[in-house]
Amino acid sequence: MKNYMEMQFSATLKNVSFARATVACFLLEQDLTLNVINEIKTIVSEAVTNAVVHGYAEDPGKLVFMSLSLEEGKLTITVRDDGVGIPDVKKAREPLFTTREDEDRAGLGFTIMEIFSDSVEVLSEVGRGTTVICTKMLG
Amino acid sequence: MLNVQILIKKNVLYARLEGELDQYTVEDLRVRTTELMERYQIRYLVLNFQKLQFMDSSGVGYIIGRYNRLKKRAGGVVLCSLSEHIWKLVLLSGLNKICAIAKNEDEANEYLGVVL
Repeated sequence: MKNYMEMQFSATLKNVSFARATVACFLLEQDLTLNVINEIKTIVSEAVTNAVVHGYAEDPGKLVFMSLSLEEGKLTITVRDDGVGIPDVKKAREPLFTTREDEDRAGLGFTIMEIFSDSVEVLSEVGRGTTVICTKMLG
Repeated sequence: MLNVQILIKKNVLYARLEGELDQYTVEDLRVRTTELMERYQIRYLVLNFQKLQFMDSSGVGYIIGRYNRLKKRAGGVVLCSLSEHIWKLVLLSGLNKICAIAKNEDEANEYLGVVL
């Protein structure tokens, strides 16, 4: 049986916790360990934060799209923005890469998504936006 | 939401975190601790994660930022009461190479008793 949901919300940092709570609720029936739930919440947190901060520069008038799909134990998380896009996806995915050189950015968003997911696909076009698709086998 | 209980003893600042640490909540934590670290000439920051339910790379960035500041004062950061999830983030980001790790605040104090 396939289960699917999608949502759109304003591009604010406050909504990142809403997106995390949503994925946790979506998976409530799955009997996952707290550790796996936290990994999945972290994937969502990193992807949605990127869309809000980098895609839209925290413009609450813009919308972030998220869909969750669960089929035969495979979770697919899709996060999309119609924002500025990433000029060099390969470079953006390198550990410690950051567009902002202030001291408090780890540049680990994509790295963490990759470690906690089974696959991460990034589709981006400058001026059109970015879509991140992460999959993870549960159990 | 993030609640922070802050305690200052001599030149050590203890921050007990409760709730969720992400890009949204990290800002207030950064402003408060940076101001206090300057005002009280703090050398060591003890972060207690016992009641922290969630953290992402924003928390890692925050810790690296505090470490870089305190290092200039010959101080550092001690992380204590880490959950399995936070410990995983600490390992994959290499924070364990630049911060001291303690089981709890008592162990952090033992460590600080030695270095201070």
